[in-house]
Amino acid sequence: MKKLIFLLAGSLLVTVVATASGPFKAGDSATDFSLKNVNGKNVSLSQFDDAKGFIVVFSCNTCPMVKKYEERIIDLNKEFSSKGYPVVAINSNDSNVSPGDSYEGMQKLAKEKGYKFEYLYDESQEVAKQYGATNTPHVYVLSKKEGELKVEYVGAIDNNSDDASKADKKYVRDAVSALLKGEQAPVAGTKAVGCGIKWKKA
Amino acid sequence: MRKSIILVLIILILTFLHFPAYGQKVEKIKIPELEKILKNPDNKLFVVNFWATWCPPCVKELPYFEAVSKEYDPDKVRFILISLDFPSQIEKQLIPFLKKNKVTQSVSVMMETDYNSWIDKVDPSWQGNIPVTLIFNNNKNQRIFFPGELDEPGLRKMINSFL
Repeated sequence: MKKLIFLLAGSLLVTVVATASGPFKAGDSATDFSLKNVNGKNVSLSQFDDAKGFIVVFSCNTCPMVKKYEERIIDLNKEFSSKGYPVVAINSNDSNVSPGDSYEGMQKLAKEKGYKFEYLYDESQEVAKQYGATNTPHVYVLSKKEGELKVEYVGAIDNNSDDASKADKKYVRDAVSALLKGEQAPVAGTKAVGCGIKWKKA
Repeated sequence: MRKSIILVLIILILTFLHFPAYGQKVEKIKIPELEKILKNPDNKLFVVNFWATWCPPCVKELPYFEAVSKEYDPDKVRFILISLDFPSQIEKQLIPFLKKNKVTQSVSVMMETDYNSWIDKVDPSWQGNIPVTLIFNNNKNQRIFFPGELDEPGLRKMINSFL
């Protein structure tokens, strides 16, 4: 038994070391990145001159939990991009492990669903590791403060994955609305249930 | 045309109603029932696996649980599968899946989709990823929380380390 605990603690330690910069939580400074969008162009957060912040969503093409939330992600962008908080979606899944999450799959999905927000390919998985994203969908609300990116909220989109109309805690929406009023996000973090990010096989 | 679709749907629904999943039924649970499982004081080892039909790694390890569960005396080791399938998809997704895969273990489905209201009760370190497996005997103060995929020997080894 003791051995098992050591083994588990050991493997946990390795995980923690491997993702030294994450997981980001509210109050931390977030890192910028440069990732390819579905049009083949590299995108960084620093390029959004007019943005006050971002709704960064670790997403993918295949996860049923993402499918459940897809319309809500589109709606968040519709509501907040014009107010300075665009959605930036990132797919970090390894397409060898999950073939449906390929770059071509992303292009197809973005076209089909008419994504009006950037959908970026984190092929090396570095961004997911830096941020400490574990699942899809996994949201990081960031604000721009004195030239820095500050993490304001991390977690789930709302409290009812199955039925949007029954969600009575809209964490992301409430966080961004508060930030727009110059207030703090009412909830700093929640846990996001979803599909684990498909990490590359070592 | 529309009428015949409705008829087919009715027949399908009736079929599911009359022939529940392979030899067992799905128990719909909420937080109080979950807590009852987690706090069970019996001197018995509980192996609780959180999974969903929409989670491929969970589906992959399901046969391991099925196989290993048959190796132990149910009075000593009790296996419980807790599904996080969407409540709206129990009839059309979960139950047909259990039937098709001939799952004989007892399956509960969590009807509480406000995950943050209960996830910490299972384990504060749980980030919300599935599969996760919790093995405990409250009577003996034994407990291990394992986030991630298990294989058959790994599961057996973990159980045996408590027996």
